[in-house]
Amino acid sequence: MAIYGTALLSLCLLVGIFVGKLIGILIGVNANVGGVGIAMLLLILLSERLQKSGRLEPPSERGIIFWSAIYIPIVVAMAASQNVLAAIKGGPLALIAGTVSVLVCFALVPLISRLGKADTTPDAES
Amino acid sequence: MNTIIDVLESVLAKYALVTGFAVIGVTVWISYVLSDRLTKGRLHGSAIAIFIGLVLAYYGGIATGGSKGISDIKALAGVGIMGGAMLRDLAIVATAFGVRMDEFRKTGLSGIVSLFAGVIISFIVGATIAYAFGYRDAVSLTTIGGGAATYIVGPVTGSAIGASSEVIALSVAAGLVKSILVMTLTPFLAKYIGLDNPRSALIFGGLMGTTSGVAGGLAATDPKLVPYGAMTATFYTGLGCLLGPSVIFIAIRALF
Repeated sequence: MAIYGTALLSLCLLVGIFVGKLIGILIGVNANVGGVGIAMLLLILLSERLQKSGRLEPPSERGIIFWSAIYIPIVVAMAASQNVLAAIKGGPLALIAGTVSVLVCFALVPLISRLGKADTTPDAES
Repeated sequence: MNTIIDVLESVLAKYALVTGFAVIGVTVWISYVLSDRLTKGRLHGSAIAIFIGLVLAYYGGIATGGSKGISDIKALAGVGIMGGAMLRDLAIVATAFGVRMDEFRKTGLSGIVSLFAGVIISFIVGATIAYAFGYRDAVSLTTIGGGAATYIVGPVTGSAIGASSEVIALSVAAGLVKSILVMTLTPFLAKYIGLDNPRSALIFGGLMGTTSGVAGGLAATDPKLVPYGAMTATFYTGLGCLLGPSVIFIAIRALF
């Protein structure tokens, strides 16, 4: 049943956010540290296990796949609920600070990609 | 006539989330038609949809004076539920379904490097620009630097070290600019920075850090890359909130 998949997904998210908040408290920041990431890892691990033992059947999987398929529309809704006006009204300092940090980080993507590759290629890929 | 509009508005407001699905569905459909007809599919439908979403958010802000874009309009509040943190996180986690664990393990180290690099560089860039605009105190410089990280790191850092509300508002604005630019620029810049595989997506997520920006930008570039970028981005804000008011503030204070 589809709800089994959706419930599995929901449980992973709840546990992830809970652990993320606990980590936040532990290191003394008022934020959720990696909650979504932890939830993703949980979902990957649990669903791999359940699939292997044959307990996650295609009908149940559909309860997860639906949410992954609806992801882009959700992002569109997220974009439509952003405070775009405040971003534009922030003036030149906010515009320049945001823009430059984005451009610098874009430029760094290929650099860091290369860095790591040099380290791992000899044994990792063949 | 007025009663009809009132009834319609009350239905839309009462069935908020359903209205959200309908409105966003139509927006996405129009975007894909535009993508096909006007750009022959070169500009991805989801990129257009996200852009239309941002334009709607701008008009929502003007029309209502609120802070939640189009969803501040009563009848469209459901768009805010649909695009809020709860369903967004649920959908992001769902995209990880079917991803293999090895993919993350292989890039573990560069993911961590990109996270630290992303946070520290954003703080440096933000603080430098704040300096150029005449700010000289370590508290304001650090707070605006935090805003250049994400619109959450800025205010969290600012309130921890006692920044003025004007500076905190600036840091939020800088973070919003960043998130919007990442959403809109990523599909155009992807091919120049080799953003076409899980590994570079992971690094991209760690460097950019803004979850909404990364989520939107990667969705418009290649939906298959979303789980990788989202995975690292999700640690960014936490790391920024950790380093900002502590190590980075101390370092900036030592300089000024």
